Amino acid sequence: MSNAVLTGTHFMLGDHACAEGAIAAGCRFFAGYPITPATEIAERMARRLPQLGGVYIQMEDELASMAAILGASCGGMKTMTATSGPGLSLMLENIGLGIMLEIPCVVVNVQRGAPSTGLPTLVGQGDVMQARWGSHGDYEIIALAPSSVQEMFDFTVLAFNLAERYRTPVILLADEAVGHLTERVVIPPPEEIELWERPRPTVPPEEYLPYATDESLIPPMALAGEGYFVHMTGLTHDERGYPIINGEAHERLVRRLLEKIRKHAPEIIRYEEVLMDDAEVAVVSYGITARSALRAVREARRQGIRAGLLRLITVWPFPEDQIRELSRQVELFVVAEINQGQIRREVERAAAGQVPVAGVHKLGGTLITPDEILEALWVRKP
Amino acid sequence: MEIQFAGFGGQGIILAGYLLGKAIAVYEGKSASMTQSYGPEARGGACSSGVVVSRNPEELVDYPRVTRPDILVVMSQEAFSTYLPRLKPEGTLLYDADLVNPESIPEGVTAYPVPATRLAETEIGKRIVANVVMLGALVVLTRVVSPEALREAVRTTVKPDYVELNLKALEVGMAYAQNLLQPQEV
Amino acid sequence: MGTQTVTPQAVQHPYTRYLRTDRLPHIWCPGCGIGIAMGAFLAAVDELGIPQEKVAVVSGIGCTGRVAGYVKFDSYHTTHGRPIPFATGLKIARPEMTVVVFSGDGDLVSIGGNHLIHAARRNIDLTVICVNNFNYGMTGGQMGPTTPHRARTTTTPYGNLEFPFNLPYLVAAAGAVYVARWTVLHVFHLRESIKEALQRRGFSFIEVVSPCPVGFGRPNKIGEGLEEMRFYREHALIQNGLHPKDAALSFRDRIVVGKFVDEARPSFLQVLEDHFRNASRDPSHREG
Ligand code: SF4
Repeated sequence: MSNAVLTGTHFMLGDHACAEGAIAAGCRFFAGYPITPATEIAERMARRLPQLGGVYIQMEDELASMAAILGASCGGMKTMTATSGPGLSLMLENIGLGIMLEIPCVVVNVQRGAPSTGLPTLVGQGDVMQARWGSHGDYEIIALAPSSVQEMFDFTVLAFNLAERYRTPVILLADEAVGHLTERVVIPPPEEIELWERPRPTVPPEEYLPYATDESLIPPMALAGEGYFVHMTGLTHDERGYPIINGEAHERLVRRLLEKIRKHAPEIIRYEEVLMDDAEVAVVSYGITARSALRAVREARRQGIRAGLLRLITVWPFPEDQIRELSRQVELFVVAEINQGQIRREVERAAAGQVPVAGVHKLGGTLITPDEILEALWVRKP
Repeated sequence: MEIQFAGFGGQGIILAGYLLGKAIAVYEGKSASMTQSYGPEARGGACSSGVVVSRNPEELVDYPRVTRPDILVVMSQEAFSTYLPRLKPEGTLLYDADLVNPESIPEGVTAYPVPATRLAETEIGKRIVANVVMLGALVVLTRVVSPEALREAVRTTVKPDYVELNLKALEVGMAYAQNLLQPQEV
Repeated sequence: MGTQTVTPQAVQHPYTRYLRTDRLPHIWCPGCGIGIAMGAFLAAVDELGIPQEKVAVVSGIGCTGRVAGYVKFDSYHTTHGRPIPFATGLKIARPEMTVVVFSGDGDLVSIGGNHLIHAARRNIDLTVICVNNFNYGMTGGQMGPTTPHRARTTTTPYGNLEFPFNLPYLVAAAGAVYVARWTVLHVFHLRESIKEALQRRGFSFIEVVSPCPVGFGRPNKIGEGLEEMRFYREHALIQNGLHPKDAALSFRDRIVVGKFVDEARPSFLQVLEDHFRNASRDPSHREG
């Protein structure tokens, strides 16, 4: 339909831009449960999807929301849910199922102050490790951190593309500040929005092995109702999708699931570098905090400090090669994030003692200001 | 440049911020971010919205929350007492002259009384457009955005049936402010 | 019955084509009733002539949850308690398919209880076949939401101090349009009931009382599978049309079975279709 992609320049709420990104990416099924500060995504989807022949369904809780988007994705729809930390805690159960069954879908977490009910209306970035490790077992996850309303649109499209291409749930790790921000968004014409679709079987049902892969490690996905008689199980399974309960089969399956993302990490990982060429100190940041970091870096330059910014776009997979690379160049990393050092630990791990790592941290509720980051850079003052 | 609107729920405080932000960001091509108060405080109680305009139109606003407004628009006594201390020393204050009793305005602050609610009632017959009357006054008194950009924001935002009404409210506010700026006859 | 021609050379069960025969033998215990319930379901699909590729089966976790692994439809073995919401998404994405949730009482009523009542309330177009064996069989016979008062399980060694759900009453109150209960002894009624349920629009629910000699029969002195079946024959009482309020299972005296609810109410998908038509006329997408 003609108004699926709202091509043009808008002044739009971040949460709404996320919903529009999903729609532009072809999402026509949203299952959710209201939660501050992600409710505006659900509200926008509830209004917009019926105009486009899509479906918004409000489920009884986040467990159900997550399960529903997996089911609808198996039926061939592009699907999304949106929540905040408390809801993500519940969704992690079925995010694990999505990873095991390799079902494309997008989960938005508009982070707020936590733990527990925390600060419903105020910002936090404390769910970074939850996104990475929250479901049980070893797995890889893709998570993107938008810093602006424009990126709420762009990265939601990207999240769908990555979910489809790699057959995996993707988390949009937004935060309250970006979700509740209103800014200019330029929505391109539909033909300029690149969309990727999940790989589909090219063989007839008799020859189809649901979890057999080529060197891409990404199995083609048959949808319900196509006569392939797919069987999917959260149990460890073989290439037929049948349960097989032994260590060897488990090693084979889980290894492939891990390698599926690791192998493609160079294509998945995205970051932005600003003034990094001759930098002696690298500020590492993401989401809303990266904006303060950018201001701090510019101000530091004015004061003669050779600072640069490494802004994470994919928080996961983490760009550890790039950190390792930078460890040979810079003399200090400063990580700015509204949590007690979740990404700082990753930077420390990748820097492996080569370079000291400092942090500017808050617990949530308020943003980190440019001045607070700048202060941490003063140790490098000439 | 930081602009803060504050009042109570139902006065269109958030719409005022939205219209101003949209005029600046979309119709003047500058970089602007708008924020608003959330939660129970946004329903009926105290209500606020803020617009931050980037120094450099090519760059995102680096810190999108209003901390020290250059311009403060208040439409309730409570908003006046809460936000006045945050106004920059050389800042500009607009207040609804019938709703705010402006005790002790610091020296250096330029203050303009604008009876927006009364003007909306008497000139337009709709109290509800007081926020837009205030915006009209703001444009003339601070030149923070061009009147045409603001008109365009009104046209593309409010429901079609209410566009004329709101455009008229803008004009009323602007006219009132023009008068304020006339050299006072002694 | 089945439409396949049976040749003397290769006598095949008419429903073999609905099974993933490469997955047999199944894991169920001797005397277990789940296979009978599954057979009744396959017969119902066959007799209704629903194309095999238009049926999807969604299960949760537990002994009954394994049904999804044996049937040759698009079949999904999901997480514990979540087959109903998963099936809800699947049904909305593929409204032309017959989507059946096949799972156990622990899965559907305890951990998934919230989804069960909400699915009934929204009258989503699903058929739920709930095999009730009065305990958690897969984990070795623990007490669950259907375990009768005073019954013995591994976690109620002195008898169950709690009281069980009356499932038909629960789902009827929540809004199910079709509610029935049978035991696996009542294969004919069960198959006919599943056929009816599959043809209803909206949320239909069939409780299937089933023997679990290991987890329930033995510890409660009912005995092995065959004795449990005999117990059903002696205690079952068909009471079609009974108010579900009166359909509580008092395990020691009688097992009320029958069709308790069969009524029409607009289903989720019916309403959704109307809603589409309304909403697509609303061009509103203005921001604010
Ligand atoms: S434990 Fe009970 S329910 Fe499970 S397979 Fe054995 S008899 Fe059937």
